[in-house]
Amino acid sequence: MSCQCGCQDEAAKREALEKVFEQYRGTKGALIPLLQEAQEIYGYLPGEVMQRIAAELKVPFSKVFGVATFYAQFHLKPRGRNIIRVCQGTACHVRGAARVFASVSEKLGVGRNETTADLRYTLETVACLGACGLAPVMMVNDDTHGRLTPERAAEVLEQYE
Amino acid sequence: MKSLMDKCCEKCFHSPASPCKDYIKCRRQGPLCHEDESCRAKYKAFLEDIHLPEDSSRRQILICAGTGCTSSGSRKLVDALVEELQKQGLQDRVSVKITGCHGFCEQGPLMIVEPQKIFYTRVQVEDIPEIVAGHLVGGQVVERLLYVDPATGEKSLTYETVPFYAKQKRLVLANCGHINPEEIADYVANDGYLALTKALFEMTPEQVIEEVKISGLRGRGGAGFPTGMKWSFVRAAEGDKKYVVCNADEGDPGAFMDRSVLEGDPHAVLEGMLICGYAVGADEGYIYVRAEYPLAIHRLKIAIAQAEECGLIGDNILNSGFNFHIKIKAGAGAFVCGEETALLTSIEGNRGMPRPRPPFPAQKGLWGKPTNINNVETFANVPLIIRNGGAWYAAMGTEKSKGTKIFALTGKVNNTGLVEVPMGITMREIIFGVGGGIRDGKKFKAVQIGGPSGGCLPEEQLDLPIDYESLTSAGAIMGSGGLVVMDETTCMVDVARFFLNFTQAESCGKCTPCREGTKRMLEILTRICEGQGKEEDIETLERLARVVKSTALCGLGQTCPNPILSTLRYFRDEYEAHIRDKRCPARVCQALLVYTINAEKCTGCGSCARACPAGAISGEKKQPHVIDISRCIKCGNCMQKCKFGAVEKA
Repeated sequence: MSCQCGCQDEAAKREALEKVFEQYRGTKGALIPLLQEAQEIYGYLPGEVMQRIAAELKVPFSKVFGVATFYAQFHLKPRGRNIIRVCQGTACHVRGAARVFASVSEKLGVGRNETTADLRYTLETVACLGACGLAPVMMVNDDTHGRLTPERAAEVLEQYE
Repeated sequence: MKSLMDKCCEKCFHSPASPCKDYIKCRRQGPLCHEDESCRAKYKAFLEDIHLPEDSSRRQILICAGTGCTSSGSRKLVDALVEELQKQGLQDRVSVKITGCHGFCEQGPLMIVEPQKIFYTRVQVEDIPEIVAGHLVGGQVVERLLYVDPATGEKSLTYETVPFYAKQKRLVLANCGHINPEEIADYVANDGYLALTKALFEMTPEQVIEEVKISGLRGRGGAGFPTGMKWSFVRAAEGDKKYVVCNADEGDPGAFMDRSVLEGDPHAVLEGMLICGYAVGADEGYIYVRAEYPLAIHRLKIAIAQAEECGLIGDNILNSGFNFHIKIKAGAGAFVCGEETALLTSIEGNRGMPRPRPPFPAQKGLWGKPTNINNVETFANVPLIIRNGGAWYAAMGTEKSKGTKIFALTGKVNNTGLVEVPMGITMREIIFGVGGGIRDGKKFKAVQIGGPSGGCLPEEQLDLPIDYESLTSAGAIMGSGGLVVMDETTCMVDVARFFLNFTQAESCGKCTPCREGTKRMLEILTRICEGQGKEEDIETLERLARVVKSTALCGLGQTCPNPILSTLRYFRDEYEAHIRDKRCPARVCQALLVYTINAEKCTGCGSCARACPAGAISGEKKQPHVIDISRCIKCGNCMQKCKFGAVEKA
């Protein structure tokens, strides 16, 4: 049986990150793509990863931290396996997005930008998904679900482990 | 030879390394450098395959694979259809093609049977055998899948007769829904890259700019700056290196036209950028696209790779000596990055904060170099203008706003989707003509145009011809073209609060008027919605709005008071009802509602009492229940649970 402590996993991630560094070496404006790729690997941005990026780009850590906290896409805490993004756009708003959010939030027992204790779901809101014709809409990972009712939204979640 | 874009025979030498200037023309007309009927026949066969002749016994089925239809399950349809066609032995006579968004997302998944243009709506996997056996084999159209006009009850056989499409003028969207966006040959077969060829070989950069000026095209991102003039500034700017940037950071809630163009016709945007690069003297382009649009990014990557492979992006394009490279930058989720200076600093890898202008990006843009930045829809217009001429374009629209504009029509309207109409059309024609009127027989109240930077227009403004100037004078803006229709069940104070909530969260915080102003205005609006409004609130709001509008650093701050100012202008009585009478006329603001049970409708089932978290509902079994108003927390659960419509709010 292989080791269960996660250290091998950690080593693989570190290696993947090194590859990304190589790919972007010498590219102008690489900070945001590096953060995006690092988040892809780790699922979020751990402090030491941001420090490694700062060292790689030879910029102060404060700059990396500043950029990571400015954009909605970056997360400094671990997130769930399934990311739920309930659209709060205008079209969704006038067609009842608030009730959809309340229903999902109640079912999972977490609020906005929170993750369930079993790390199965993270609940977020998004300004607009651009699928307004199907309002109200939510996105789970890369799948868009439209024409939701509070009941249907809660049902949709079941299919995501 | 597998595709229209391949070599016909060994005599064809075109490749990115040894480009041929007749490459695009060859693919359309057959070989030009050598006489060979068999080579010509090969290209002709491919073109026929893409455009089916009217009398053809072959058919093509177009299935929408835009975000809307994909989420309604259109991908499953493709597989089911291919399988069913094979079962019936029709795979050689019927081809299946995925396309970008048809714009009528409401009715998705959509399917078109060409060349007869039969239009099926809300198609499900279970319908596939009937379509194949009944329609394709039997020749009987599947009636129940046709579009029914909710107003007249009439069915439409082809998409051209659907009122939603019949009343539009689809030019920029002409390819969307009709070509496979993941196949460059489809674009080329539909006149794609002809404009680039024309610009490179028949026009000087100055002539290209002149043509764009003649067309009268104005920036479709919102502000409406004349495109040709912007290009001429960048051309005149001094610098050995220049950039072209495509703003695809569509962050407006309620707008999705850029997304659909990118997903449905990505090459049109690339071609527009290439022509712009040639005109202004740039050799590098960036597309800054939202990370929330994974499908658009995916399709753009495919399009760029295919264009590079064909030698249409890269060095010495078509042997003209013009070099141009295009890169994608995925945005990281900040609405303010739609502002040009913020977008540029974000590409450079910084926090996306705007800076004061001048210097404008045309002088000092990306990495301090002259940069031309336009929106997706603006670039998608460019190939049309170069191909057909600026005068052709200028013949459409109003005196100061030319051409067509794409609107994202959403909200409480029957036909939601993407609508392309000539400038100067009235709002009434869009909402009641193309959009088919208000849902559920409700009454129209307002239309919100231009997203969080725009305003709400009431009934009496519906006959206003839409152009940049008239919208501004009515207190709204064109913005990116989101149209959200609201009916009598929408509270205008709540809508203003909704937008302020958005801009307050998205304010970058660099300048004080925007950072503090949005926060204070939001506090006041929230207080009004919660029934704590004070008499002087309206006046304070107006003053704050004026100050923020005139002093904020960038477009986000300067326009964020628009939703407040326009609702105060047209719906002041609703604010007054909230403040003075503690009443929400549209019955939306929870804190101002009173829930009661209609004793005549109540059957005494008790589901409301079980749903009440405050224990405010009581009553005997099978007897009318009552709500204790003093304990009611106004959550509305009882109303949702009641199957008999007995719970009422006032």
